[in-house]
Amino acid sequence: MYVVNKNFVPQINMNHLSQTISFSQSGIGMACIAIILTPLLGFLINGLFNKKLSTSLVGIIACAAIIIPFVLSCYLFTAIPEEGITVHLFDWINVGNLHLDMSFLVDHLSLVMLLVITGVGSLIHIYSVGYMHHDEDYPRYMSYLNLFVFFMLLLVLGSNYVVMFAGWEGVGLCSYFLIGFWFKNNEYNNAAKKAFVMNRIGDLGFLLGLFLLFQKFGSLSYHEIFGAAPAVLNGNATVTAICFLLFVGAMGKSAQIPLYTWLPDAMAGPTPVSALIHAATMVTAGIYMIVRSNILFQLAPSASEFIAIIGTLTALFAATIGLKQTDIKKVLAYSTVSQLGYMFAALGVGAYDSGMFHVVTHAFFKALLFLCAGSVIHAMSGAQDIRSMGGLKKYLPITHLTFLIGVLAISGVPGFAGFFSKDEILSKVYASGHFVLFILLAITSVLTAVYMFRLYWLTFHGKFRGTHDQQHHLHESPTSMTFPLMVLAVLSIVGGYMGMPEWLSEHHLFSSFLHPVTGSAPHIHASHTFEMVVLAVSIIALVLIAYTTYTQYVTKHVVPEDDNQLKGVPKLLTNKYYIDELYENAITKPLNSISAFMYNFVEKYIIDGAVNGTGWLTTNSGVLLKQLQTGNVGFYVFAMVIGICLMLLKLLF
Amino acid sequence: MSNLLLIIMCIPVFGAIILSLMKNSDNTRTFANIALLFSAAAFAGTVAMALSFIPANGFQQVFNYNWIPGLGVTFYGGIDGISLLLLLLTNLLTPIIIYSSVGNQIKNARAFYALILFMQFALMGVFVSLDGFLFYIFWELALIPIWFICLLWGGKDSTRITLKFFIYTLTGSLFMLVGFIYLYLQTPGTHSFSWDALHNLPLTDKQQTFVFWMMFLSFGIKMPVWPLHTWQPDTYTDAPTQGTMLLSGIMLKMGIYGVIRWMLPTVPMAFTQWGTTVMVLAIIGIVYASCMALVQKDYKRLIAYSSIAHVGLIAAGIFTLNNQGVEGAVIQMFAHGINVVGLFMIVDILQKRFHTSNITELGGIANSQSLFSILFVIIMLGTVALPLTNGFVGEFLLLSGVFQYSAVMTAFAGLTVILGAVYMLRSYQTIMLGGPTSATHNFAPLRLQEKVILIFISFIVIVTGLFPGWMINMVEPSVNSMLGR
Repeated sequence: MYVVNKNFVPQINMNHLSQTISFSQSGIGMACIAIILTPLLGFLINGLFNKKLSTSLVGIIACAAIIIPFVLSCYLFTAIPEEGITVHLFDWINVGNLHLDMSFLVDHLSLVMLLVITGVGSLIHIYSVGYMHHDEDYPRYMSYLNLFVFFMLLLVLGSNYVVMFAGWEGVGLCSYFLIGFWFKNNEYNNAAKKAFVMNRIGDLGFLLGLFLLFQKFGSLSYHEIFGAAPAVLNGNATVTAICFLLFVGAMGKSAQIPLYTWLPDAMAGPTPVSALIHAATMVTAGIYMIVRSNILFQLAPSASEFIAIIGTLTALFAATIGLKQTDIKKVLAYSTVSQLGYMFAALGVGAYDSGMFHVVTHAFFKALLFLCAGSVIHAMSGAQDIRSMGGLKKYLPITHLTFLIGVLAISGVPGFAGFFSKDEILSKVYASGHFVLFILLAITSVLTAVYMFRLYWLTFHGKFRGTHDQQHHLHESPTSMTFPLMVLAVLSIVGGYMGMPEWLSEHHLFSSFLHPVTGSAPHIHASHTFEMVVLAVSIIALVLIAYTTYTQYVTKHVVPEDDNQLKGVPKLLTNKYYIDELYENAITKPLNSISAFMYNFVEKYIIDGAVNGTGWLTTNSGVLLKQLQTGNVGFYVFAMVIGICLMLLKLLF
Repeated sequence: MSNLLLIIMCIPVFGAIILSLMKNSDNTRTFANIALLFSAAAFAGTVAMALSFIPANGFQQVFNYNWIPGLGVTFYGGIDGISLLLLLLTNLLTPIIIYSSVGNQIKNARAFYALILFMQFALMGVFVSLDGFLFYIFWELALIPIWFICLLWGGKDSTRITLKFFIYTLTGSLFMLVGFIYLYLQTPGTHSFSWDALHNLPLTDKQQTFVFWMMFLSFGIKMPVWPLHTWQPDTYTDAPTQGTMLLSGIMLKMGIYGVIRWMLPTVPMAFTQWGTTVMVLAIIGIVYASCMALVQKDYKRLIAYSSIAHVGLIAAGIFTLNNQGVEGAVIQMFAHGINVVGLFMIVDILQKRFHTSNITELGGIANSQSLFSILFVIIMLGTVALPLTNGFVGEFLLLSGVFQYSAVMTAFAGLTVILGAVYMLRSYQTIMLGGPTSATHNFAPLRLQEKVILIFISFIVIVTGLFPGWMINMVEPSVNSMLGR
């Protein structure tokens, strides 16, 4: 169904490789280093001196530590030449022919990520001040956020795979810290540990991919690998192996089947964390990594095909689970998994710019949705179950309006950000010849609208279903929280217009901005008629969905029933297809019981038994041999005679 | 005596002599301070020596005196980059180990500290000897003080456990002696034990195989390599904290060092022939020991198994015979020494307060001890090889080296990346996290010396992770020369 041009070789213009400068050499170099080090500094100040700082000062330092990088990123945005610039900080690991520098590549791709991380990150930091400042561990929280930003910047700015990997593991660590931030609760701790371990499973694949890259190229820097890739790897099975292994890493970090189960559990962390780490930035690291390595993936059509399939299946699978979740954050979590699947589907068909475009718009509207959820949870004094919500519209007007914008954006309502990026992915998947994947993604798109509208109606409309106490406490959040909501709501609308479809505008701003990085991928041209049809169908579908969900959840006041009353498919969906139980029983428990058996039996009785046995044998053979030395001359003579007889016998025969 | 190396080696001996000439008393602090002074002086001397060390110049600070001329035995030693890094490790850790015991109630402290200083001397001797016989003498010499330390200051089962430890390693050493004597007999003319003579012998395949296994038995027990490891968890658990630190931080490096210095250059053909076999054992050991660590309740025993897993990877790295593998092994020796001493320090802190190292009896300590939990986390991250910590540099190089040898082996060896995270995070969670418990309230705040040690170790974990360049530069030429390049 998809025609792969086997002889296709990405065209790389070697003149376009970036120039390397020392960090102290120019304003750009210093800005780049300052962008990375400012959050680290914020982490150190808040982490080390938190007892001496006032609560407000902690907030100011933490916010400054990300707003300054944002301002500097805007400066870089205007100052970076198209081919990018590499900034060298110091030599990190040099062994034999392995040269790993601590150096950073600022090009259009890393700029996009930079702006998203520092921009959305700044808003979430500001929001966090309002959301978390009552927490007894507020300074620790803010310092972790800064540390996360530091590692995330390391990830997207590293100019070789190992610096990327350092950031990659670092963000995983911060995710571990922040999911388990309220460490008194062991369920949260388990969720944190699960996230870290599942990520590490992916990381092993990623590491193996790096070793294979090093074996082939003798280098791990982007510069050298991408320059040499077409010549070294074309028509070579190795490139497929490399891309598979790298994608295993992406599966862990970006929560794709089969390594996605940590992300819904990660909702144990404070809500701004879910917005920053588990929606806008860290989980998109896998997409960033593949777009960064798009030269390699272009050479590996079967790996790319695999990515498209996994992405599509994840998108659909997670969306079906999202239909039946009743925890406001869990719905959003599964929606994130599903949207990430969309992005991978785009990457798999070679639409790298569309995938990145969706990363950006998704960062806007999903951060918005999570922060709105946080505002709701704040108002509900911590309750997250939508069955006890309802009618919040009149108590939380700003949250309501901004949440609605988020819902419209993620559902792909024309004019909102999600519409542009999602329809672009849909039409490119179709145009690349993946008809089945297109259908599945279109179904996902419908499901997305269904569960998002369900969430919206159940939360904000109808009658309030919580306790009287809760109703009494309902209030709109402070300005520090609503301000980021409003900014993100605006971005969730206008964010899409940097990538208008061809029939609307000749110029795709986003795509042409990324062109220096992804330009070697063949352009996928979608027919305008087809896009019009998709547009028309989706408008009709959305109206229908909005209407039916409205009658269901608002007019008829249907509330999702208790979990234990469910049967059949709804029960299966509520229980997330029992995948967690499957992993628990197929992997975790056997590993533990096999280990226990090995320890109690093999280790104690076989291996140590052999050692003790040797000792016993030595002692007892000594005892036996001792019997021979009796001092009885008769016995010695007897033995001698027997010996001589034996020797004679041997001579005879 | 103008040789700085010999002077440094003599410093702890002087300390030990002074201690033994002093009147025995209950004033443990005086003895500890004297020991600390001498061991730290040796460290200062080593740093001075390192500053004048030129990596490309081969063996330096060489001393060579006739010892037993009739047998061709010489008092011959010197340092190259590998030796120097291990000397730095030994002389950095010994003062830390001594400092960790300051304030403890130790019976017969005079002897305790004298033995540690003597141990420091013997370990240095192992790492600088360039005469096979001298190496053997130091090797056995190092066993004596640690055996006494484990026996006399160890736990309730120390007699049985130390006897097993002693016999096990002593038996191993005898095989090594056989190997050395065999090599010695192959040297031309008036036989010699010197490294120069031994590493150039024209041996046949069969001869090499014989020597290889004789020596590997000995070194493999010391490391220990699976399945020769069963003496270790018991000994680590039963020994006093300082003994465990000496054993795990420094002494197990003797085995690894022995392979690099005495086997690799002397029997290179056997290395190629038997490399795969040993690597398979080492990698089984990684997975096996990691699984063992998963089910341990005693934190000391858990660290012991985690240490076996780490050493397995180091051993596998050496047998790849490529730069990254062998250099990774040397770098990881340093990192492992630092991290494992940090972990045992944490055990000591817990044991002093709760008289148990059973993790299920602890919990919730982070609620009252934020500094302790931060430092614990940093040392733990070094152990699980998070990038930008010291553990990562070595582990990355080792795995990359093993990958160049065999991709399949790396996939198994790499399980340490996952399993290491599981058992370290799991045990950290059990000890430190969760709601407040009695352990939270009864945790006496960290003493100054405990703070200093943990902060210092955490500092090294991060600094050597960010800037490992000096170590790599120090050892690279020596590794190349051991590899015959």
